[in-house]
This record gives sequence, structure tokens and C-alpha cells, in this order.
Amino acid sequence: MTVPPLSLVIAAIVAWLAIGTTGLVRPRNLRFVSRALFPAGAIVGLALAAVAGYSIDLPPASAVLPLGLPDLPFHLRLDALSAFFLLLLGAAGAAISLFSAGYFRSSEGTPPGVICFQYHVFLAAMAFVLVADDAYAFMVAWESMALASFFLVITEHRIAEIRRAGFLYLLIAHIGAIAILLAFGVLQGGTGDYTFDSMRAVILQGAWPTTAFFLALAGFGAKAGLLPLHIWLPEAHPAAPSPVSALMSGVMLKTAIYGLLRVTFDLMHAQLWWWGVVALALGLSTALFGVVFAAVQTDMKRLLAYSSIENIGIIVAGIGLAILFKAYDKPLLTAVTLTAVLYHALNHAFFKSLLFLATGSVLHATNERSLGKLGGLIHRMPWVAWLALVGTLAAAGIPPLNGFVSEWLLLQAFLFTPSLPQSFVNMLVPLAAAALVLSAALAAYVMVKFFGVVFLGRPREPNLAYARDAGRFERFALIYLGAGCVLLGVLPVNVIALIEPVNTLLIGTRASQPIADNWLLLAPISADRSSYSPLIVLAVIVGVVMLTMRVVHRLYHGRVRHAPAWDCGFPLQTPRMQDTAEGFGQPIRQIFEPFFLIERHLPSPFDPAPRYSVKAHDRFWGALYLPIARGAESLARLAGLIQRGRISVYLTYSFCTLLALLFFVR
Amino acid sequence: MSAAGIASQLLQFAIALALAPLLVGWVNQCRAWLQNKSAPSLFLPYFTIRKLFVKDAVVAEGASAIFRTTPYIVFGAMCCAAAIVPSLATDLPFARAADAIALVGLFALARVFIALAAMDIGTAFGSLGARREMLVGFLAEPALLMVLFTASLISGSTSLPTIVDTFAHRDLAIYPSLAFAGVAFTMVSLAENARIPVDNPATHLELTMIHEAMVLEYSARHLALIEWAAALKLFNYSCIGLALFFPWGIAAAEDGWLALLGAAPVLIVKLALGGFLLAVIETLSAKMRIFRAPEFLGTAFLLAVLAMLVNQMLGS
Repeated sequence: MTVPPLSLVIAAIVAWLAIGTTGLVRPRNLRFVSRALFPAGAIVGLALAAVAGYSIDLPPASAVLPLGLPDLPFHLRLDALSAFFLLLLGAAGAAISLFSAGYFRSSEGTPPGVICFQYHVFLAAMAFVLVADDAYAFMVAWESMALASFFLVITEHRIAEIRRAGFLYLLIAHIGAIAILLAFGVLQGGTGDYTFDSMRAVILQGAWPTTAFFLALAGFGAKAGLLPLHIWLPEAHPAAPSPVSALMSGVMLKTAIYGLLRVTFDLMHAQLWWWGVVALALGLSTALFGVVFAAVQTDMKRLLAYSSIENIGIIVAGIGLAILFKAYDKPLLTAVTLTAVLYHALNHAFFKSLLFLATGSVLHATNERSLGKLGGLIHRMPWVAWLALVGTLAAAGIPPLNGFVSEWLLLQAFLFTPSLPQSFVNMLVPLAAAALVLSAALAAYVMVKFFGVVFLGRPREPNLAYARDAGRFERFALIYLGAGCVLLGVLPVNVIALIEPVNTLLIGTRASQPIADNWLLLAPISADRSSYSPLIVLAVIVGVVMLTMRVVHRLYHGRVRHAPAWDCGFPLQTPRMQDTAEGFGQPIRQIFEPFFLIERHLPSPFDPAPRYSVKAHDRFWGALYLPIARGAESLARLAGLIQRGRISVYLTYSFCTLLALLFFVR
Repeated sequence: MSAAGIASQLLQFAIALALAPLLVGWVNQCRAWLQNKSAPSLFLPYFTIRKLFVKDAVVAEGASAIFRTTPYIVFGAMCCAAAIVPSLATDLPFARAADAIALVGLFALARVFIALAAMDIGTAFGSLGARREMLVGFLAEPALLMVLFTASLISGSTSLPTIVDTFAHRDLAIYPSLAFAGVAFTMVSLAENARIPVDNPATHLELTMIHEAMVLEYSARHLALIEWAAALKLFNYSCIGLALFFPWGIAAAEDGWLALLGAAPVLIVKLALGGFLLAVIETLSAKMRIFRAPEFLGTAFLLAVLAMLVNQMLGS
């Protein structure tokens, strides 16, 4: 007898919950939690990935769980879209769990057992979000996910700044949740039936589909970090422990992408072309904004958080393009674009988890998050450094690693656009493509800055000489993710074969016959148009490198002498003369000056202890959030006027209210 | 994959490797003539590379493996690029493995590694050079991509051989979009190859250098490979330019062996003219301050975007 995959998914969720609950039994026993529970969670993650990978090609399966409120059971469904994201969750989550096994230590904050509980509830909730098949179950899972991650963010809750970051995250998460709830309210179309099945059947009229789409875009955008709701990311990621940052950035942001895809392409029938234009514009501005801000950051986790904003922007821009193609009824192009979107989501999960985990190792080894106080760690922490290099190159979109493949596919989709009937859209495409390639090129700048300042050069502080490389669990996790980045990069045809069923589900077309010429060659539409084979490129580069080395050493010699650095003959060299993070970002700060709110402190010539500091702030704070906060405060103060604190006044209020009610109701 | 294809692939690769230093020597010679100096030998780059290979490599203390492998990786990436760009023939089996976008990716690979190697030692000049190189790169790379996009929109393909085939066989008409793209491409090539308005290949004046600042610490065989790779980069860019804007004379798949042999002299003549033009540009313009480079490259980027827009508007 075979067990249906959906039951196995549920079993995985239950297993995660059980592991988490076991952590509560002995919350302060670090050894038990880290050596037994987290590795067990990693195994469950791998199993989930295997089940999801197997079931991605199977027809959708549904089930009803008699949980929840009476008469309101949880509907579950496992289809290709859920399976793809479950695969992402399981594969990336397994590595992060493994890393956590070596990462968490006893600290002042939340005890390890409780962290383990919150962590596994977070994983289980994300998995539950992906299989939920009615709005009620979805919202329950969505909110559990938000709450669990909130508690994880404030693990070090004794620090006021971290509590503040956590609160901000919770606030934005709830604004988003309200929008999603309203979107579901619109989508059920007055039937009162909140199962996704009935939403699929409802055909909305008039302005309602547009309302639903934009509510969903705002709601899921808040979770994903779309402009202008991005502000929680750069606050929450540095506050959270590194595995949690990795999980949130690598996986949780993707649940928002899942939600957006589910609502837009599965629950709704028709898409309007201008939704696509709006999503495209929003996505690209988010991408550009994120990468420009990433370039000027001085905290390594903030830098990565802004880089996540950039990648989410690229993904949403891709979704916008897919909507555009779908609205103009170009199924093949929609399939190519969606493939690029899903591929990039998977890639981002791998390389961003890898980078966040690497920052975790650096943080543990040096107790330092500020880029200005790191440097030269490649000598002290070779494992972390070389694996982070893989992640860096992937994030920079360098062939033949994985970040490049999805960007390549997306650019191909852009180049196909001129076949659209509307000239306005055709005009827009060059601009959109320009913004996309600009942000992709800037990403390389950001990543060189990140890797160069943290791992290369000379140590900027004396205590870095004592940094130790990552432990066994952490190292395995990093190797796993690094290998994932390489494999996803060089075997695109196999990965796309995995994505195919999702296209079939969402738009009813496979892109398969055009995308792959053979297993080596990636060729969307036709090989004459464009083709790319990362494996051959990799083989040729490696071959030329090996051959050149052999030939040069054989024909000439391989002698090497070591000497102090020359540096144009300058005798005095201190590590502080290297570029700092501020210095490396300075050109970007200058070029994109209008983007930032710059706070500069220039010392006067007579200052006995001169200090120069410059900070680039987000303009959205001053332009959007502070006015809203001030408005809310003054409203509260107005409401406070009627609170006199005397019982007679309140009785008068009640009397007046009664009178008014009597007058109106009669 | 035909025998002729493999032959043309190998021949083209060999010619690129062999001729790239000659192109650099030719540009230097033309520049010397134009500036009324006595010119060095045409073959000086070969002598330099040979001399460097013979010497003992000096590696700075505190250099990691990145520093020592980067010359090979950069050289490998440039060789890979030389195999893709159709300079002699369009019947290139390897070109299917990487199209125009992947070509730009290969250039980015080389750039990122050389920037990382420059930061590896931890000297002030190294990181300065890396920062400036990435600054030039982040504007030049999109501009180059937009130029290639314009060409691929016209030809309906991002594969360079297909682009060249379409361009070589079309009627001799004026494409306004290609005019914009050509200007943008020239500007980008100047910047990417560390040529005069943006960088000066002959300078070691600290405040102005970009490329030289990054490779300051290299010596002997490492430097030889980097110089050779830089020559290959110039060669590749010249060939991209020739392929996009002057594609005549490149042998097509069906033309046979004779056309392949005929293509080589044509290529050499075109490269000689292109090199002379480069020397003229370098002689006529002055090196601009580094802060002006973003403006220069921003102009190139906007011109390239304009090229694509014009292409969309006029359909040509």
C-alpha cells in the first residue's frame, strides 16, 4: 500500500511540531537540543523535500482535517505549486536546521529549548501555509508563522533595540495580514464559502478582481518586503540570530511569493495587463532601491537584508511580466517567465541562506557585525570564506552559478516582449530591462564589497587573529548549500523539468518542449534564438585554467617568492588604510545621493579629536512612516481629550450616547 | 556539429590568442605615431609576456589562494569569451553554450575575480582600484547588455552567430537604433578596456589609475596572464564591435573552407582600422577625473537604452 504524499507532508509537519515540543521538556539542556533535536528537524526537512519532489508531478490531492472550529475544518491540498515551495522549504530548511545544531549557545535571551520550539513551529507553520486550501486555515498558518518568527527575532530580548525591531516586524506583518484577509474576503465573492475551491469557481465582476489583486499585492508585499513596506527587513534581520535570518530571508519571503502566485494565477481567472505593469514597476523600483541601499550598508546582515529586498523585487518584477504575458494570452512566454520567477526563488533560498549562515559563523567567531571591524578572515576561517565565495558569486549573478541562470531566463523573457500588441507596453520594456540589468550589475558591486571587506585584506582589528573556523555541523550545512548553488547553476534543464508541472498547473501550458534542447543545453523557445549551457562553460573555464597552469609551469617554472606587499613603494601600511565599508560604498552614495537622507558629521580643523561619520538613512521613514506615526499619536491625543477620569463625565457620555441612539433607532 | 565547425572554432580561438597582443602593440604604435613619439616595436607585448613568464613570481605576504588563481581564472574567462565572439566564422559549435548575455556574464566573472584579488592583499591602492573597477563595471555592464539587446531585438536572437548572420545578410539600410548603440558601445569599450577618457593604460599616477591599481601587486607569470587577458579583452571587444556593426566578411556556415581562409585577412584589416581609430580617440581626448566617469558611462547607458527605445518605436 502506498501512502499518499499529502499524508506524508502532514506527518512531516506533525514531526516538526513534536520535535519542537520535546525541546520544551528540557529547555535549558543545550546539548540535548542541539545534538538531537535540530539534526532530527533537518532530517524531517530532507524527507519533506523528497516527498515534495516526488509529488510535484502528481495530480493535486486534497484532504480535510477535522481540526479548527466546529463546522470549519481545515482544507488541505497538495498540488504542483505547493509541492515546489515545500521542496524549497524542506531543502533549505534542512541545511538551516543542521547549521542551528552547531549555532545556538546558551545566552541571556530565550533558552535553547524554547528557541527550538519556536523554530520548529515556524517551520511547521510555513509548511502548513503551503498546503492550506481554505482562507481560514491559511490565515491561521500565516499568523502562526508571523508569531513564531517574531519570537525568534527577539531571541535576545534583553536588548531594547532588538525588541523595537521585533515590534516593527510584527506591526508590518499584521498590516499585511489584514490586507490578505480582505483579499480573501473579496475573492469569496459573496458566497460565504472560504475554501479555495469555491474561490476558483467564483467569477468576480467589475472592479472586484482588481481590488483583490492589489490587496493581495499589498499583503504579500508586506511580508516579502516590497516598497514601501520593506522597512522591517533591514531591522529584523540583524536583530535575529543568523539561522533565523536565513530562514526568514531564504524561505519565509518565498511563502509570500507563493501566496501572490496562488492568488493571482490560481484563484483568479483573468488578469488585466496593467496589473502586470504595476507589479513590474513596483518590483523593479524595489530591486533598484534595495541594491542601492545594500551598497552603502556597513553592517553585514543589513547589507544582506537589503540584498534580499532586491531579489524579491526581481521576483515580483518577473511576476508582473508573467501577468502581462498571461493577459495578452501568450502562454509560452508566460511559462518562460514563471519558470524564471520560480527558479530565482529557489536560487535565492539557497544563496541567501548560505550567506546569512556564513555571517552567523563570522559573528560567532568575532562577535562583530560591523564590516568596518572585520577583514582577512579567509586565512582564519577558510571553510566559511570559500563557501561564502560560492554564495557571493551566485548572488552577484556570475555564470556558471545559479543566480545567473534565473536572471538569464528573465532577460530572455524581456527580449521576447516586443510581440505584445500594445505599443505603450512595448515602450516600457526597454526601460524595465534597463532597470533590471542595472540592479543585477549593482548586485555584483554589493557582493564584491561584502566578500572583499569581510574575508579579504588584512584584519582590521587585532582580536580577529583569534577567530576560529565554523564547527562540524555549521560546515556541513554550508557545504550542502554551496553544493546546491553550484548544482542549481550547472543543471538548469533538470531544475526546469521540476518547475514544469507548476507551469502546467498555473497556466495550463508546459514550456518544456522549447526550454530544453537536450540535457546539456538550456534553450527557451528555440536553440536559434538563444541557448546557454553552464556545464559546458564551467568545463571550458576549468579546462583552460588547468591547462594554462600546467603549460606555464612546464614551459617555464612554478617558482614563487614571498615578499611584503609593494603598494607603489609606500613604506607605511596599516590595515586601517584599506577601504572600509563606507569607503567602498562611497561612489554609490555619491551617484545615488537623492535616494538617501544623508547625515554627515565633518570635523572642524580645530577639533582635538576629529571624527568623520556619515550615515545614509531611508527616506521612507521620514516621508511615510513618521507622519503616519505622528498622525496616529495626535489622533490618540484627541481621543484622550474626552477621557477625564471622572465617573460623572463618563456617565454623561453614556447618557448622551443613549439619547443619540434613541433618536436614530427609534 | 560538423568538422568545418570545429575547425573554424579552433582556428578562431588560436587566432584570438595569437593576435590579441599584436592588436595592443598596434594600438600603441599608432598612438606613438599620432603623438609624434618614436614607436616601440609592434611585437613589444609578446616580448613583455615572454619576459614575465621567465621571471620568478613574487607574491605578497598575506595573499590567499584567490590572489594566485585569479590570473588563471581571468585568462580562462577571456579565452572562453574569445571562443564565443564570431570573429572569423559564425559556424561556432561552442557559441551555443553561451549567448550574448552569458558573454557579458563571463566579463563580469573576470571583473569580480580581479577586483577580489585586488582586495586580497589589503593595500590601500588595491581596494581603491577594486572599488573604481566595480564602479566602472556596474555602469558599463548594463550599457553593454543594452547594446547587445538592441542587436538581439533586431535579429530576434541573443546568440551572437545568429545576430551576425542576420546582420551580414540584410540589406544595406540605415538603422537609427544601431547608430545610438554604436556610440554607446564605443564608450563602453573605452571604459571597459581601461582606455583614455576613463583610465590610462600607461599611467602609474596613483590618483587616476583604475586597472593598474588593481594589478599593482602582480608580477611575473601572473602579470603575464593578466596582460594577455587584458589584450584578449580588447580583442574580444573589438570583435564584438566589428561583428555587430561591420559584420561583412565573416564566414557563414554554408560558405565552406575558402571563405574561412578569406575571413582572416578581412578580420586583420578591420582590426587594424579599429585599432587606429582607438588610437585616434585616445590621442584626441584627455583623461577625465574619476568622478566624471559615472557621467560618461551614464551617458553610454542612456544612449544604449535610447537605442532600444528607438528600435521599439521605429521597428528598426
